[in-house]
Amino acid sequence: MDFPIFHLDLLGNRMLIAITAIIHVLINHPLAVGAYPLITLLEWWGLRKGEPAWDKLAYRIVFIVFIITTTVGALTGVGIWLTTSLVAPFAIGSLLRVFFWGWFVEWLVFISEVGLIMAYYLTWKRFATPRLKRLHVAIGATLSAFSWITMALIVAILGFMMNSGAWTQDKSLWSAMFNPLYLPQLAFRTPYSMFTAGLFVWFCIFFVTKRDDPIRPRAIRLVAIWTLAWLPFVVLGAFWYWRSVPASMQANANVALLTQAFSQWHGMFIKIIGWTVAAVAVIALIGAVRPRALPRYVLLVPFVLAIWLLGHFERVREFIRKPYVIADYMYANGVRVAALPVYQRDGILPYATYSAVKQATPANALVAGHEVFMLTCSRCHTTAGMNNVITKLEHIYGREPWDQDALVGFIQGMHLTRTYMPPFPGNEAEASALATYLKSLQRPAPAASTAPAPAAVAAAR
Amino acid sequence: MTTDFLATVPAFLAQITPDAVPVPHDLELPLPIPEWALKLWIVPLFLLHIFFVNLMVGGALMTFVNEIIGLRFPRYDRLARCIGETVTVNKSLAVVLGIGPLLVINLLYTVHWYSANALTGHAWVLLIPLIITVFLLAYLHKYTWETWTGPRKGRHLLVGGAVAALFLFIPLIFLVQVNTMLFPDKWSQVKGFFTALQIGNVFPRYFHFVAASLALMGLFLSFWFGRKGFPIEKKLPEFTRAELRRHFYKWTFWVTCAQFAFGPLVFFTLPMQGITAQVLLWIFGAATLGIVVLGLLWREIHETDERIGHRFWPIAALFSLVVLGMGQGRHFYREAALAPHKAAIERKTAEFRSIELGTRMRIRTGMGAGDALTAAPSGKKLFAQTCAACHAVEKPTAAPSLVEIHTLYADNPAGIVTWAKAPGKKRPQYGQMPPFAHLGEDNLSLIAAYMLDVGAKAAAPAEAAKP
Repeated sequence: MDFPIFHLDLLGNRMLIAITAIIHVLINHPLAVGAYPLITLLEWWGLRKGEPAWDKLAYRIVFIVFIITTTVGALTGVGIWLTTSLVAPFAIGSLLRVFFWGWFVEWLVFISEVGLIMAYYLTWKRFATPRLKRLHVAIGATLSAFSWITMALIVAILGFMMNSGAWTQDKSLWSAMFNPLYLPQLAFRTPYSMFTAGLFVWFCIFFVTKRDDPIRPRAIRLVAIWTLAWLPFVVLGAFWYWRSVPASMQANANVALLTQAFSQWHGMFIKIIGWTVAAVAVIALIGAVRPRALPRYVLLVPFVLAIWLLGHFERVREFIRKPYVIADYMYANGVRVAALPVYQRDGILPYATYSAVKQATPANALVAGHEVFMLTCSRCHTTAGMNNVITKLEHIYGREPWDQDALVGFIQGMHLTRTYMPPFPGNEAEASALATYLKSLQRPAPAASTAPAPAAVAAAR
Repeated sequence: MTTDFLATVPAFLAQITPDAVPVPHDLELPLPIPEWALKLWIVPLFLLHIFFVNLMVGGALMTFVNEIIGLRFPRYDRLARCIGETVTVNKSLAVVLGIGPLLVINLLYTVHWYSANALTGHAWVLLIPLIITVFLLAYLHKYTWETWTGPRKGRHLLVGGAVAALFLFIPLIFLVQVNTMLFPDKWSQVKGFFTALQIGNVFPRYFHFVAASLALMGLFLSFWFGRKGFPIEKKLPEFTRAELRRHFYKWTFWVTCAQFAFGPLVFFTLPMQGITAQVLLWIFGAATLGIVVLGLLWREIHETDERIGHRFWPIAALFSLVVLGMGQGRHFYREAALAPHKAAIERKTAEFRSIELGTRMRIRTGMGAGDALTAAPSGKKLFAQTCAACHAVEKPTAAPSLVEIHTLYADNPAGIVTWAKAPGKKRPQYGQMPPFAHLGEDNLSLIAAYMLDVGAKAAAPAEAAKP
């Protein structure tokens, strides 16, 4: 209502954020959070054994991780913020007001993290004496801690969006931080980062060592054991999270009932966890016992499974928070729960700063309908691309010309049948204008169905 | 002179009418820290960020230029390489230190900042891919310096040129943001990045910024190469410390001289609406200090090799004061330019809050906030909202018709309730019905009664018509 609307009708606005976020998390978890501790372990191991080969290997891998984390990794993190500012300014603006101090501390930790990353990489060769080398390992350990803390702080915000917990009553940062889904989520993401780092570093070993290099099988064995060691924690974390979600959903007044789609996805999560853990366990066991037995492409299997797992996890997380963008406070289209009755009584257009019309009438139905669509639907839906409303309506009403009254009824009641949808924040006239606009976008029915149906033709004979 | 500027402010105030300037509502949640604290922090935090941005942009440009000079004079190629090594470090600091001011600006200018983002949305989306590209290219440039030589030198220069060009372009996107947010009265004219370039004074500010990057990088390099810890014998044996110091002092001196042309250009192209006595005081005060800096630089340049560099810290301190003064002046301009608009937003936000509270109060006390909200639930209304989208009266559409349902459940309304709480799937031609347990037994019973009633009425004439 209060910001000029940026809308991508083909890609969809959500997709813009999703692409940025998924790239970020796929780099953040295995590389920033998981790989730095593992690389530090390799370095420390080399120092302890007095074998420079370990150090050389760790340095080659850290170069790859350094380049990726300080470019794509760091920037996609900022990118989530920038794209959200564009697509859902009401949400990010409100989250910033709730989490200011969390964000501020996270910033300080992030500065330290990036400073430590650069110190760790750029001083590697210069810190050559045993004393300096120990210091260097200490830098690596500190860096690992800071990388984890940045993730730990941000995850609080993700949990908050799904279940705001006691915050809706007391509005305190503490309640917001320790929302019911925070710790279970962190308990899953932490070991996930560690075991995927194992897979990533393992994969790197093939590229930074020669086939007959004696360090290769020894490094693979160490990394395989690391990967294996984290697996039980992945299972425990995932189980805790999986158990917490429905409880948290039931507490959510508007979504008292788990939708079928949710139950399906929820069940799927456990299956993907099972497959991923099994595949990783088998491969890591072979790696630990016979490091030379596995060719590099076999690693792609657990890798793809792990990406699928995380993708599914994030998707379900996004699904769970619906219809809200901030649970119990603000709907995904930016309408605050408390302001909804005003819009349902007066309409949303009189309060929409940038709308071309201030009132929906039969005469301006198309223009008003378009404005209402942009204000109330366009944050999630397009008219022609990803998640487009026209296809959705075709699923319900088919390709015959839609009935105006049925559409109006559907618009006003869809939150009752589809609990992930926010209630329509407009009055009767606006629902009608929106229906008119949607009907104007309906694709003509295919030629076959406009012709008389065969049965009707037969009957006419 | 001051009074002339002030006289223009009421004229602008008069322009703030709902038609001319969009006045949105602010967010509902209060600011997490007092506004004065945000105002106190915004300039220093921003300057810390822009310091490293300047070094990154200026560094990339100077690397490229010196690499080209190095084609004829090889010692400049090595100099370029040493400058380039600082760029990849400064760029990381520029990014992380950008978060703080971004946080503050999001809070302090919520409406203005996000509006400017949305108005130039496509350019805003391009930022992240562009920055990632230039960072990766900067690493490529850095780590191929020894290998891309001889016949491959052209390729290396091309990458360096691309880095410099991208680093020159990206700040323009940010500049357009901070410029667009200042002029809500022009928002209705903005139709994307290119039209946003035309409002306010983007280009003079841009040249001012690029010149500042070059000047600051010059000053930084005179320190960086002149300091004792720099292994000059190993890395740049063809140069002496004094020579490099003087070289970069000169560079800073002449670029800063040019700023005395760019600066007034920025000032006199600024729209009048934010110019106040306070703004003038800070900017002209800082400019006066700038002349002192130039004097000190001049004396350093003409200093002997032994003594050159001993005025560096006084110069750096005064230079920081100049920048701080300019930044603060800039901030006061923004505050003054936005003051009427911010006041209008505050009024409108408060107005909406009272409408909202009034509506909630009327609902709670049942005083009729509108029929839709207070009327007792009826089977008819509930059916229309939850069921009618799929269940028509006579014609089977997306689901069985009420007539059909009537034949199945005529004497068993409870059966409808049970089914609706956890529907199964009987007919292959229809989709799966979602469960409706969340409506509650009472509402479901109302709906069931209504459905059977309508179904019976619709079925009756059909029955009667049968022979």
